[in-house]
Amino acid sequence: MNTTSILDIKNLHAGVAGKAILKGISLTIGPGEVHAVMGPNGSGKSTLAAVLAGREGYDITAGEARYLGQDLLELDPEERARAGLFLAFQYPVEIPGVNSTYFLKSALNEQRKHRGLPELDAIEFLKLVKEKIKLLDLNEDLLKRAVNVGFSGGEKKRNEIFQMAVLDPTLAVLDETDSGLDIDALRVVSEGVNKLKAPGKAQLVITHYQRLLNHIVPDYVHVLMEGRIVRSGGKELALELEERGYDWISRELQLAA
Amino acid sequence: MSTALSTIEEFVNTEYKYGFVSDIESDTFPPGLNEDVVRAISAKKQEPEFLCEWRLRAYRHWLTMTEPKWPKAYYPPIDYQGISYYAAPKPKAQLASLDEVDPELRRTFEKLGISLDEQKRLAGVAVDAVMDSVSVATTFQKDLEKHGVIFCSFSEAVRKHPELVEKYLGSVVPLTDNYFAALNSAVFSDGSFCYVPKGVRCPMELSTYFRINAKNTGQFERTLIIAEEGAYVSYLEGCTAPMRDENQLHAAVVELVALDNAEIKYSTVQNWYPGDAHGRGGIYNFVTKRGVCKGRRSKISWTQVETGSAITWKYPSCILLGEDSVGEFYSVALTNHYQQADTGTKMIHVGKNTRSTIVSKGISAGHGQNSYRGLVAIRKSATGARNFSQCDSLLIGQQCGAHTFPYIEVKNTSAQIEHEATTSKIGEDQIFYCNQRGISKQDAVNMIVNGFCKEVFKELPMEFAVEAQKLLGVSLEGSVG
Repeated sequence: MNTTSILDIKNLHAGVAGKAILKGISLTIGPGEVHAVMGPNGSGKSTLAAVLAGREGYDITAGEARYLGQDLLELDPEERARAGLFLAFQYPVEIPGVNSTYFLKSALNEQRKHRGLPELDAIEFLKLVKEKIKLLDLNEDLLKRAVNVGFSGGEKKRNEIFQMAVLDPTLAVLDETDSGLDIDALRVVSEGVNKLKAPGKAQLVITHYQRLLNHIVPDYVHVLMEGRIVRSGGKELALELEERGYDWISRELQLAA
Repeated sequence: MSTALSTIEEFVNTEYKYGFVSDIESDTFPPGLNEDVVRAISAKKQEPEFLCEWRLRAYRHWLTMTEPKWPKAYYPPIDYQGISYYAAPKPKAQLASLDEVDPELRRTFEKLGISLDEQKRLAGVAVDAVMDSVSVATTFQKDLEKHGVIFCSFSEAVRKHPELVEKYLGSVVPLTDNYFAALNSAVFSDGSFCYVPKGVRCPMELSTYFRINAKNTGQFERTLIIAEEGAYVSYLEGCTAPMRDENQLHAAVVELVALDNAEIKYSTVQNWYPGDAHGRGGIYNFVTKRGVCKGRRSKISWTQVETGSAITWKYPSCILLGEDSVGEFYSVALTNHYQQADTGTKMIHVGKNTRSTIVSKGISAGHGQNSYRGLVAIRKSATGARNFSQCDSLLIGQQCGAHTFPYIEVKNTSAQIEHEATTSKIGEDQIFYCNQRGISKQDAVNMIVNGFCKEVFKELPMEFAVEAQKLLGVSLEGSVG
């Protein structure tokens, strides 16, 4: 076991209601690294994100996932979050009546409590918010509204990355953060993510399209098809995929079979 | 790691923390109801002739009525002859001061967080405590008297201010009004009375704490609040009861009268024993609450947070007679386990340019059934009347229900009426989203529920808003694991 890695997935099998979706994923992410997982629709990308974050309803049938040396799969979702695992949602959830600032402050203080740090009071928290919100070019008024309520699609995605900036996770999993974004929003979101890159931290960027990887440049690219990582390479693999499509890999796989 | 469904089922394991029984000797009538019982209650309270007669008229009318069947609530028939209609903690001798209150009784109220003497000194809230059917102590009376405010038990008001009682009793809720109001009029044993004279702004919050203790008894209290011209009063009632296997009947009547430019703010935090996780026991809370805005520019505002009772049947209402008068209703009703609530309001617009606001928040969990039932009536005379209604329902889990029955009757074409309604579920998605940010399931549910109720909580006096939030938290405890 590589104890210096942040995330170490070995032969992970998972499914929903008896249907196998992930069929043996192995993936190791080290500190400071940015990994991209790409794949066509239905390949298991979002399942991978959900299983890592601990969403209910998925059965883990084989394999293991270790996060900072501990067994990730036995932790509750909130324990994973408090240990520094962050998921930027593909579809951020609206919570009517719950003020965004209050929500994020509660989240941050839960995480700080877990790490034995003092909780931030309203003034300290506001200072942090003002600093981080600039990264995402977000309107401060959004923070006075209920969580994600009345936000545009782009605002929701930017809000996810803003939350990531405030919570400062060790491992950030970005689930199709580019979907539904226009080119300007994509640039802002990507710049935000890039600024959060740090030596001790890692990012797992899940996407269908290569275009996100023009902005967030990965160290490694993995291609996910039918629940397996069928190819891994450097950032040039993404460009190749963009050019030749996923069919190219499926054809090669069929030939090899 | 538990699944969302099983965590929601854990809801059922909530403990009711006020379910203790106090060992207090009580003076209780044997079960049963007839004219002699009505006379005996009146005699026990040394009431004047007019009141005894009034009770008897109510009783005779009640005999001709049948129990309403229209509420969306199901329960076995109530045996009205199986209930004791009078229970009073002994000793019932007149108390000269709080020090004479039975120590066990004081401990009871202390357990409930109502320390009569502490409260008296610290909180600046005047409290009238009603145990079973009798008022046991009223604090701050002397201070209030300086301002001319009368705040006392109903019995004391009958003795000391019979002219006010005779003038206003039944003036808002007539003894013929409905089945439970008629029953209450016949057998009510005590309650609170408040009179705020012309131009006086009541200097402190007034509060009544109702506690049912004795077994097999009904609680029938009567509250009457009168705000004279330009007066203001804010009044809060709280209610709890021990855990018992059988159902107990609570049928109260509250009447409010606001004259010119007067304002009455009436807040309720109701936490009667709701029954156990299987729907055994609990209070039947069949209550008639109504206020009349008699004067011009008068205002009556009802705020209620209802988390208790097996069945709740109540519609705090406003009759807007005076021109430019205002009626408000803010409600949070929570049903969990097998609780049923059929609650809402009636806003009757009679005067010109009268305005009303209704904000109702229903939360259903477990097998709870929550119904909003409301009437907005604009009479022919009510030119320029306006109403805004908002009814929101929140569902937690798969087995609960939310229902809305809004009635609107408009007889004047200049009226403006708005009605908004939403139904939402606390979704697994929302809980997971909170979890993923580090917030526990329980905190997530509390956060979502409190967010849902925010508009109502902000209408409560501050210290009670905090209490109400905590109460919702307790009632939802164990809802998710």
